[in-house]
Amino acid sequence: MKTDDLITMLAKGPAPTAQPGTKRFALALGWGMFGATLLMALLLGVRADLAGALAMPMFWAKLSFPAAAALAALQLARRLARPGLRPGTAPLVLAALLLSSWAGAATTLLAAAPDARAALIFGDTWRTCPFNIALLSLPVFIAMFWAIKGLAPTRPALAGSSAGLTAGAAGAAVYALHCPEMAAPFLGIWYVLGIALPALAGALLGPMALRW
Amino acid sequence: MSSSEERLRDLLVRGLAGDGTAYHMFLKELSAHLRAFFRRRLSNLSDEVEDLVQESLLAIHNQRHTYDATQPLTAWAHAIARYKMVDLLRRRGVREALQVPLDEESELLAETDSDAGNARHDVMALLAQLPERQRLPIQHVKLEGLSVLEAARLTGMSESAIKVGVHRGLKALAATIRNKR
Repeated sequence: MKTDDLITMLAKGPAPTAQPGTKRFALALGWGMFGATLLMALLLGVRADLAGALAMPMFWAKLSFPAAAALAALQLARRLARPGLRPGTAPLVLAALLLSSWAGAATTLLAAAPDARAALIFGDTWRTCPFNIALLSLPVFIAMFWAIKGLAPTRPALAGSSAGLTAGAAGAAVYALHCPEMAAPFLGIWYVLGIALPALAGALLGPMALRW
Repeated sequence: MSSSEERLRDLLVRGLAGDGTAYHMFLKELSAHLRAFFRRRLSNLSDEVEDLVQESLLAIHNQRHTYDATQPLTAWAHAIARYKMVDLLRRRGVREALQVPLDEESELLAETDSDAGNARHDVMALLAQLPERQRLPIQHVKLEGLSVLEAARLTGMSESAIKVGVHRGLKALAATIRNKR
């Protein structure tokens, strides 16, 4: 078939129906969060002292930091899923969130007595925290890959890592409803690590799973 | 902003709104830019150029819903063309695939070449390999120019099945061309 004939074929027929990608991502995050919450409730359980925790500012910081990071990463993923769109301002927002969480961690550590610092860093659950967050990230991870696959990522590793970042941050926000740790240094290390794991997995899987 | 950018963008936006003539001109003019772009970069694989032009046109058509009207058309089309070219080089096992220079997006519209070479793979032959529920809608609507309603009557398929068949069929066609390499 000659290229001209192919062009004629493509241009013929009814007008294309536009299907914007916005709805796909809203669906992906919505169902993914639902799945993550279900996983958390069934496998880990909501923290017993949740009612008391609601009165503590640290609980809300623990919830809102990853939630804000998830929204910023979602913006990033939406852009990277389309050919030729630059990352935009989302990476700056993500960097600012990370740096301010580390600043909070450093301030807490410096103010604490030297022999209290280890407890602030390791808490009681540092061994399981990152893996639990990675586990809870799975539903959003799968849903985000589905959403991106319906578009046309031309930088699949970056698109995959932004999907993983969204999933990790969403997973961390949900995990905060289970996790009893309240120290800023703990969150700045182990939550960040838990978010980084799915982001790394996304970067590795993207070139394979998002090819088109 | 170059005048080709404005012109092509205008044609695409009108095409997406339902103007078939504008859409035809858009694809036609873009194909000349794609050909020149690939010829310059694939001097060692010159007999692959026309296939890559066709594959990119199919990709651009299939992914037209990913174009954001606020974005420069050149950036969008360049990203797709470059992605398809790197994909081809990888499949060819060309080592330099990972080091394709990051050229300026405007390079895509720098030259035109309307001297179409021969494609190595015949899209018509590949079309014949598609399952009937995709092949028939494409044949009636995209080749013979029947309306969706007429094609539905002729085949006994529903109108939405015709639309879905065209859409999925063109995607399957793009995947078949890609796997032939």
